[in-house]
Order: sequence, then C-alpha cells, then structure tokens
Amino acid sequence: MKVQGSIRRRLFFQLAGIAALLSLTFFLTLREVAERTAEGTQDSILAASATAIADSLRSDDGNVSLELPYSALSMLGTVSEDRVFYHVVANNESLTGYADLPQPSAPPRVGTPIFDTLDYRGDTVRSVSVSRLLGSAAQTINVVVTVAQTRLGLEATSRRITTTATGVGVGFFLLATALSLWAASSALAPIDRMTAAVTRRGPKDLRPVTAETPTELVPLVEALNSFMGRLRTSLGRSEDFIAEAAHRVRTPLATVRAQAEITHRKLIKPEHKKAIREMIRAIDESARSAGQMLDHAMVTFRADSLARDALDLTLLMADTCDRLGPTADLRDIVIRTDFGTDPIPFQGDGILLQAALQNILDNAIKYSPEDSDIAARIELGKTIRLSFTDQGRGFGDTDMSRVMTRYQRGANVGDIVGSGLGLTIADEVARAHGGGIEISQNIEGVGACVCLFLPR
Amino acid sequence: MRYLLIEDNPKLAGAVVERLQLDGHAVDHADTLASADACIAVTDYDLILLDIMLPDGDGRDFLEHHRRAANRTPIIVITARSAVSDRVSLLDLGADDFITKPFDFSELEARCRAVLRRQGGAAANQKSFADTILDSTKGEISWDGHAVTLRNRELRLLEIFFNAPGQVFSKTHLMDRLFSFSDEASENAIEVYVGRLRKRLDGSGAALETVRGMGYRLVAR
Repeated sequence: MKVQGSIRRRLFFQLAGIAALLSLTFFLTLREVAERTAEGTQDSILAASATAIADSLRSDDGNVSLELPYSALSMLGTVSEDRVFYHVVANNESLTGYADLPQPSAPPRVGTPIFDTLDYRGDTVRSVSVSRLLGSAAQTINVVVTVAQTRLGLEATSRRITTTATGVGVGFFLLATALSLWAASSALAPIDRMTAAVTRRGPKDLRPVTAETPTELVPLVEALNSFMGRLRTSLGRSEDFIAEAAHRVRTPLATVRAQAEITHRKLIKPEHKKAIREMIRAIDESARSAGQMLDHAMVTFRADSLARDALDLTLLMADTCDRLGPTADLRDIVIRTDFGTDPIPFQGDGILLQAALQNILDNAIKYSPEDSDIAARIELGKTIRLSFTDQGRGFGDTDMSRVMTRYQRGANVGDIVGSGLGLTIADEVARAHGGGIEISQNIEGVGACVCLFLPR
Repeated sequence: MRYLLIEDNPKLAGAVVERLQLDGHAVDHADTLASADACIAVTDYDLILLDIMLPDGDGRDFLEHHRRAANRTPIIVITARSAVSDRVSLLDLGADDFITKPFDFSELEARCRAVLRRQGGAAANQKSFADTILDSTKGEISWDGHAVTLRNRELRLLEIFFNAPGQVFSKTHLMDRLFSFSDEASENAIEVYVGRLRKRLDGSGAALETVRGMGYRLVAR
C-alpha cells in the first residue's frame, strides 16, 4: 500500500489556509478603513483651518492684509503634538508664514481645496491649499492659503488601529484553526467507525459490511462488499480446487504406490527391488511434503487470528497418541502415556495444537529405533509442558536455533524422509498460543525430548 | 475378517483387495455408493474402507447416513485431504479413523487392526493350528490354558504362517510383508523375529521349521 497524504491533514490545512487568508483580508480591510477615516478627519480639519484663514483675508486697494485668526490654528492643535505650518501667497508673492512651504504644482481653483502629502523639514506633512479671489473686478488678487500639519498623531492612531486589527485577526485565525481541526476529525469519524467494523472481523468473516455509512462512502462500501463477495466465491472455489487437486494428484499416487508395493513383492532380483523401494520412498516424500506444506499454510492462516476454544489438553494428548499409535505399533514402538485422565482446561485453537503435537510425535516415531519406547508426558508447573521423549538418535550436533527454521533439518537425519517443516509448524503454533518449543537431550539416556509449553 | 472397500479407482482398489486377501481377509469391492449400499444390505462386514470422492456422491454423506442408521460397523476413511481440520470433521461425522493417500499397506493394516481392537470383540478374529489359537484382534496366542501376548511384528509374522500352514515362506517374502519402505531392514531381522516367535511358541503344539535354503514354515510338533 502506498500511503499518500492524509485526508484529515489535508482537510485541516485547507480549512486553516482559508482561515488565514480570511484573517489577513479582514486585517487589511480593517486597517485600511480605519486609516482612511483618520486621514479624512485630519483633512477636513486642515481644510476648515485653511478656509478660516482665507476668510480673514482683507483687501484694501490692492493690498492684501491678514489678521491670522487664532482659532484657525488652535483647532489643529487638538491632534497630538503635531506641528503646524502655514503660508499665504498673494499673486505669487509670499505674504506671510513659512515661505519655503511648498506650493501645490497647479494653483487650486476657487472653492476646491487641494490636498497633498509631502516631506517638509524632515517630517512627512499633510497640506491643504485653498485659493481666494480678492479685490475689485478691475484688480483681482489671487490669494493661496496653504496649511500643513505633521502626521505624528495620525501615525499613532494608525499604530493603535494596526495593533487592534492584528489582535482581532490572529484571534480569528486561532479560533478558525481550532474549528477546522474539530471539523476535520468529525468529518472523518464515519471512516474510523467503518475501519473499526472491518478490522474487528475474523479471518473468515467475508460477510458484507452493514455499518452505518455516510452517502459519500456508499460507493466505497459497495465496492468493498462486492469485492468481498468475489473473494468469498473465489476462496470457496480455491478450497474446492485444492480438495479436487489433492484428490486428482494423490489418488494416482496412491495407485502407483500400491502397484509398486505389489510389484516389489513379486520381484526377485535385489537391484530391482531396490529401484522400486527408491520409487516408493520418493512418492512418500512428495506426499508428505505436500501435506506438511498445506499444514504449514493452514497454521500461518489460523495463527493470524487465533480461535480461543475451550479445550482439554489431556484429551488432546490422548487423541494424538491414539492417532499415531498404529504407526508406532508397526515398528514395535510403544507410546507410553504417563498422564491420567484429569482434564487440563486451556483456551486455544484445537486444530492447531493437534497439528503441533502430531508433528512432534510423528518426528519422535520417525527417529526412534524399533522396539523402543516413547514417553508422552504432561507436567504442570509454571507452564503446561507437553513433551515426548524418544530413545532415538537425538539431535546430535545440530544447531538448535536452526531446527525451528523452515526446511532446516537436524544434522544427523541420515536417510529418513522429512520436509523440515514439522518442528517449524509446532513452534509457530506454540508461539501463537504464547508458549514455545524446548528441545533437550533425553536425560535418562539416548534420544531427544521435545516439549511444547503453554502458559497456564 | 470380511471387509468392504468402497473406492472408484479400479487400479487402486485392485491393489488394496489383492493385499488384504494376502493377509487372509475376504474383501468385497464397491465402486459407487449405490453398490456399497447394496453390499451392506446383504452382508455383514467387520470393517468398511471408504473413499471420500465417489462418482455418485460424497463419502461423508454415506458416513452420516450409515451412522444415523445406527450401523456400528467401523469405517476407515481413505482421503486425499491430509489437513488436520479435515480429520477432525471426518471423526466428528463418525469415522473411526482415516488414512491419507498415498498410503502404506502395512499402515492400512495396522489401522484396521487398531480399529477392530477398539471395537472390542465385535467379531473374534481367530485362527487355529494344532492346539494353538492365534487371536489377531487381541494380539495373543493361547494353547492349553496358556496365553502369550505378541508384539506387533511378531503377531504379523505369525499371521502369515497361520494363514497358510505348511507353506514355505522365503526370508525376502517375509521381509516385504513385515517391514515398510521407510525401514532399512536386513534379512537378519527376520531371523531375529523368527527366533522370538519360537520362544513364544515354546511348549505349544505349533513350531516354525527352517527349510534350508528356502525359508520357514509352520508345522505341528
């Protein structure tokens, strides 16, 4: 599976991104509007001040006189510690005020003030110019009054507004982010619920999913259900196929083996007999390997999600010994069952445990000499120990850590047929049940003791 | 012992029948469930050997039907499926044991013997020669109030002689009958087992006689 991104994260980041964008827009708009308002206020005071000065201009026979009204400048003083400049120009000649205060590039028309922002004496100032026509009709004097004010107060206001806007914007962003996180999680909750519903199932549960499904997920669930339907059919078919294939392969093998056995009996020359024996051993080996590989596949499959049936281990051991009794009997090997009939309750997968015990006992029989004993024991200590002790060749110099590995056999197996899966199966079953396999030398003499221990 | 073999593969069936007859059993062969039912209707069998996949049905259905009819004849299932889970379901259906294809004749014989023994005297499987009685099911010989228990190989060896008293069996023949193909045995092993049997038969009216260069035969003392 290629994991690419997370819906939750993507949803969260997208929502948070939108929130950030909105916060920023909000912040910029708020600041812009506030500053415009502040600037507008300053402009109208400046215009009022300039108009007041213009209104106090007097013309007397072509001479312009000005008595600067105090109120015209004092109204500007309300704003912070700003400095105020003024300049009155009559017919392009400076009349009074700061002569170096720049004039507007184009002379203002009467009634329409001109606003400008410019640098003056090291400060940014806002200026307004109004013009007035004085004198008689014969001699018109154009007077321009310019009033300017520094912008310290405005900047302070602007900073205050910016701080407030930033606070509001960040707050909005944080709140929106938290809400996005919650929204992303709650939007994905149905997916989590459905995941749990599917994960809880056992390995063989291929029934359709019936959990509550939001509309958007209906196509996915339908696809999943149809997939499981197909899987169910195909599993059923492959089970039939394996059964059929096993039948088709094993039946002719059985025929060949049976006929070979009869032929063997009728042959006289030792070399012919030997050839047939080799053939029969090869048939046995292939049948055995195939069986153990199927068993191993079954163990791997079932161990994934272990059944917890109520079992009686004593009965399980007795069954195993019964089942392999005839095989042992053939070689005059006696399986001594030293345990009684007291039940030992255990929660586990009976089929797996039976496969494990059978493999251990089968090994013990295979490697036992004729006319010998195998002791089957149950010991209850800290753990439940089910063991088989034989009088065979033991494990010799085998590296014990490796016999449990797939297809690894003991160092001294000689010519005994085997696939190297027996102990692997037993070990995997034991470990799936929280136990393990212990191999030791038979302390009473030759042979090996293989013990499967399980937690109590 | 009278066996019924239900198996649709004629070659395999032929080989099994031949081998079981060699062991001194009477064997009927049915190749379908229908003919098996016909056989059961007219004959009492000591043991039924049942293949699972048959042309006219599933052997498991036969098994269930057979058990529902309260027929106590033991059944050994011959199956191509080897998984432990299959075994559990077969035994649950009422099979007494099962054997996986391909199988060793000796193992089949051993399983039949074990099932018959478990059945416990449903049919005495006795043969007698001179004053000696061989009970295959119990695995013992007796004469004149004496009873001696035999181990498996001793029993199987003695059965061969009791099935054909007076006939000479070569060491090679006896080896083939007695040892499976996974055993590496020499002809000396036969001498060992014959030696043991002679000890067991000591005092009875039956004896194993060496025929020089030929083998052994069962004679009356």
